[in-house]
Amino acid sequence: MRARITLAALAATTLLALTGCVANSPDAAAGTVTVNSSADACAVSTDTATAGATSFSVTNSGTQVTEFYLLASDRLRIMGEVENVGPGITRTLVVQLPAGDYFTACKPGMVGDGVGTAAFTVSPDAAAGADATGDADLTAQVDTANRNYASYVRDQIAQLVAGTDAFAAAYRAGDDDTARSLYASTRAHWERVETVAESFGDLDPKLDLREADLEEGQDWTGWHAIEKDLWRATAESGFTAYTAAERDRLAGLLVSDTATLNDNVQNLSFTLAQQTNGAIGLLDEVASGKVTGEEEFWSHTDLWDFQANVDGAAVLYAGVRDLLIGPDPQLADTLDAEFAALQELLDAQRVGDGFTLYTDLEPAEIRALADQVNALAEPLNRLTATLVL
Amino acid sequence: MTRAATPAPQATPGHGLSRRALLGLAGAGAAGLGLGIVGDRVVLAQGASGSPGAASAAGYPFYGAHQAGIVTPAQDRLHFAAFDVAADLTRADLIELLQDWTAAAAAMTAGRDVGAYGAVDGPYDAPPEDTGEAQGLPPAGLTITFGFGPGLFSTTNGADRFGLAARRPAELTALPHFPGDMLEAGRSDGDLCIQACADDPQVAVHAIRNLSRIAFGRAALRWSQLGFGRTSSTSTSQATARNLFGFKDGTANIKAEEPAAVADQVWVGAGDGPAWLVGGSYLVARRIRMTIETWDRTLLREQETVIGRTKGAGAPLSGGTEFTEPDFAVVGRGDTPLIDAAAHVRLAHPAQNAGARLLRRGYNFVDGNDELGRLNAGLFFISFQRSPEQFTRVQLNLAKNDALNEYIRHVGSALFAVPPGCGSGSFVGAALFA
Repeated sequence: MRARITLAALAATTLLALTGCVANSPDAAAGTVTVNSSADACAVSTDTATAGATSFSVTNSGTQVTEFYLLASDRLRIMGEVENVGPGITRTLVVQLPAGDYFTACKPGMVGDGVGTAAFTVSPDAAAGADATGDADLTAQVDTANRNYASYVRDQIAQLVAGTDAFAAAYRAGDDDTARSLYASTRAHWERVETVAESFGDLDPKLDLREADLEEGQDWTGWHAIEKDLWRATAESGFTAYTAAERDRLAGLLVSDTATLNDNVQNLSFTLAQQTNGAIGLLDEVASGKVTGEEEFWSHTDLWDFQANVDGAAVLYAGVRDLLIGPDPQLADTLDAEFAALQELLDAQRVGDGFTLYTDLEPAEIRALADQVNALAEPLNRLTATLVL
Repeated sequence: MTRAATPAPQATPGHGLSRRALLGLAGAGAAGLGLGIVGDRVVLAQGASGSPGAASAAGYPFYGAHQAGIVTPAQDRLHFAAFDVAADLTRADLIELLQDWTAAAAAMTAGRDVGAYGAVDGPYDAPPEDTGEAQGLPPAGLTITFGFGPGLFSTTNGADRFGLAARRPAELTALPHFPGDMLEAGRSDGDLCIQACADDPQVAVHAIRNLSRIAFGRAALRWSQLGFGRTSSTSTSQATARNLFGFKDGTANIKAEEPAAVADQVWVGAGDGPAWLVGGSYLVARRIRMTIETWDRTLLREQETVIGRTKGAGAPLSGGTEFTEPDFAVVGRGDTPLIDAAAHVRLAHPAQNAGARLLRRGYNFVDGNDELGRLNAGLFFISFQRSPEQFTRVQLNLAKNDALNEYIRHVGSALFAVPPGCGSGSFVGAALFA
C-alpha cells in the first residue's frame, strides 16, 4: 500500500460527450487557439478551426479561479473543459472536434453562466474520413460500463468479507496451516480492486500496511502484520510469535475493518476516468510492489497479488473496450495482445491452485514479467486520454 | 624484492603547484616558482552573488568562518563519500587524518595538486602524490565539505574510541525510521563524510579519489554517490533546476541572499549544543530512488496534482508564477483545494511544518539500471539545517502523507555534524579536539 490520489484527484473529471474524444495521436501543431480568461471577458484568438485535433491554450489573466468550456451547438453539452485554472496559470485543452457549430465560454469564479460566450465554427477537413458516430448510444454504453464496474467492486469486496472471516477464524484458532492456505487467495479479492479499496484513506493503512511503511510507534495491524506471524520462519531472528491475545485482537480488527470497507463500497459509483485510471493504477501497483517482491515480504505470494491486480485491470479494460474500438481500434488490438502476453507469462508460473513463490523465480523470469508489465502499461496509460478528456 | 631507493625529498614546499601555473610556467624553467602560488585564479568570496558560471574558472576559498559548499551557489556536479574509520585508529591518527584532509582540500579547491610534488613533479621512482586527472582543469568552483557521523563519537556498542563521547551533540543520533523507508545499510550512515561539489565532474571525482587515497589505512569508503545535475538553487542568481520528475525543485529553498534565514535555520548557534559545532550545521543525506518508469506514464494532471505546481513554469497551482507564494486556501470546483491536500508543495511548506526550512543541496543521479531493466535513478537529497529535528519534522509529514511517495523510495540515509570552517594553519574540526 502506498498513498494514491488518482481516484480522489480525478473524481471531478466528468465524462464528456464522446464525440469530443482526443484522438490517439493528435497533431499538436494542427491548431493552437489561445484563450485569455480575464475578470469579465473570454478572448479567443480565433473563432474558426478545421476538424481534427485542436488545442486551446487557456490563460487565466484574472484574479479568480477560472474555467473554460467548449460547448456544443445546443450550448448545453460540454465538448471539452478545463477547470480549476488558478490566476496566472496556463493550461491546455486538446480536443478532437468534428465539423460543426460550437460555443466557447469562460467562467471566472466558477459560478454563474460564464462570460464571453461566443460562437466557434469548425469546418470539415477535406483530407479526413468518417465523422464521429452518434453519441446517444455511447453515453448509454458508458453508463453500463460504470454500473458494471460498481457491481464488480461490490462482488469482490463481498467475497473478501467471506474469505476474511474464514481466514481470521483459522488464525484465531491457531490453525496456521489453514490460515496460510487462505491468505493469498483471500487477499486476491482485495488486490483485484486495490485502487478502490485503498482509496479509503483511513482503512488502507489499517488493512494493508507493510512493516516498512510504519511510522515509529504506530500500531501495526492488517494482513501483513498477520502474514509475518504466520510465516515467522522467514522473519528476522529474534522475532517472537504473537500471543493468543494479540492474534485475537488482530483477527478481530481485520474482520471489522473489512466490514467497514464493505459498507463503504455499497454506494460507490464510477466515472469513465476513474475506470481507465483504475486500470493504470493496478498496473502501477504491479510494477512498484509485486514484480519487485516487496508486497509479500514473508509469504512470498507476490504472484497471487500480481495476477489479481492484472485481473482487475483486465476487467476494467474489458468494460471500456467497446468504447475504444471506435476512436482507436489499433490501441484496442495492442492492449488485447499485451494483456494476453502477460497472462501467458503468469500462466507459466501456475502451480496447483496458486503460483511459484517469488523467491523461487529465476531472475530471467522476473525480468520477463517486468518487461511485459511495461509493455502493457505504456499503451494502457493512453486509455484516459483516448476515452476521456 | 629490491626496490630502487626513493630519492630523499628535496626542500618540501608548503603547498603544491597551481595546475595552471605548473602547465603554463614550469616548462619555461622558472626556478623557485610555485611555492604557495595560487597562479592567476580568481578566488570568489563565498556566497558571492555573481552568476554561478563565473565560479567555473575560479574557486571558492577553503578557509573561512563556515565551511564552503553549504550556502555556496550549488555547483552542477557532486561526488559524495561516507567513510568508516579503521578499527585501530587512535585519536592522534584521527587528528592527523583531518589535518591531511584539510591541507589537500585547501590545495584542490584552489586548483592545485595534492602534495608537495603534485601529479608529475615528484621523484621518478615513486608513485605520484596527486592522481593527475585534474591537470589542466580549473578549480571549477570546487568545494569540499567535511562532516562527522554519530559513529565517530561512540560506536553502536557504546565504545568511546576517540574520547569524544562527551562532546557528541545530543541531536547527533541515527534518524528515526520514517514510514516507507527501505534503507540499505550499504548506502547509509558512516563515521565521516565528504561532499565535493564542482562544475566539472572530473574535478569533483578527483577530490574524492585523492582524499580517499590519503585516508587509506585510517578510513575506508563505506559508500559514495555521484550526482550529475543540481536540483536546488542556493542563490537567487541561479535558475531553478529540475529533478528527474521534470519539475522545478527547490524554488522555495533557503538562499544565500537570505542572511536572516541562513542564520536562523542553517548555522548551529551558540547555546544550541557543544561549542565546537557553533557556526557549523547538520547534513542529512538521503538517497531517494524514483520509480520514473511509473511516473512517466502518469497523466500530466496527476503529475501536477502530486507536486502542486505546474510542470512547465513551476507556478503553484493556486496561481501566479514560479516564485508566487502558494495559497493553500484557494479552492476550485466542488470546493476542492487547487493545491491538493497531499501535494508535495503543501506538505513540504514551512507553514505545514511549524516554520521549519531546510537548505537543500540535492543532485540527480542515474546509476545504470536495475535487474528489472529500470533506470536506477533518483534524487540524492542533501539538506543542511541548524538541527536534525527540522528535517525530521518535515520528513515525517512527507513520509506519512505525501502523494509523491507513490513514486519514490528512500533507500539510503545518513546524518552528519558539519563543523564550522577553519582558518589557515588550523584544520577542519580542530575545536572538537581542543
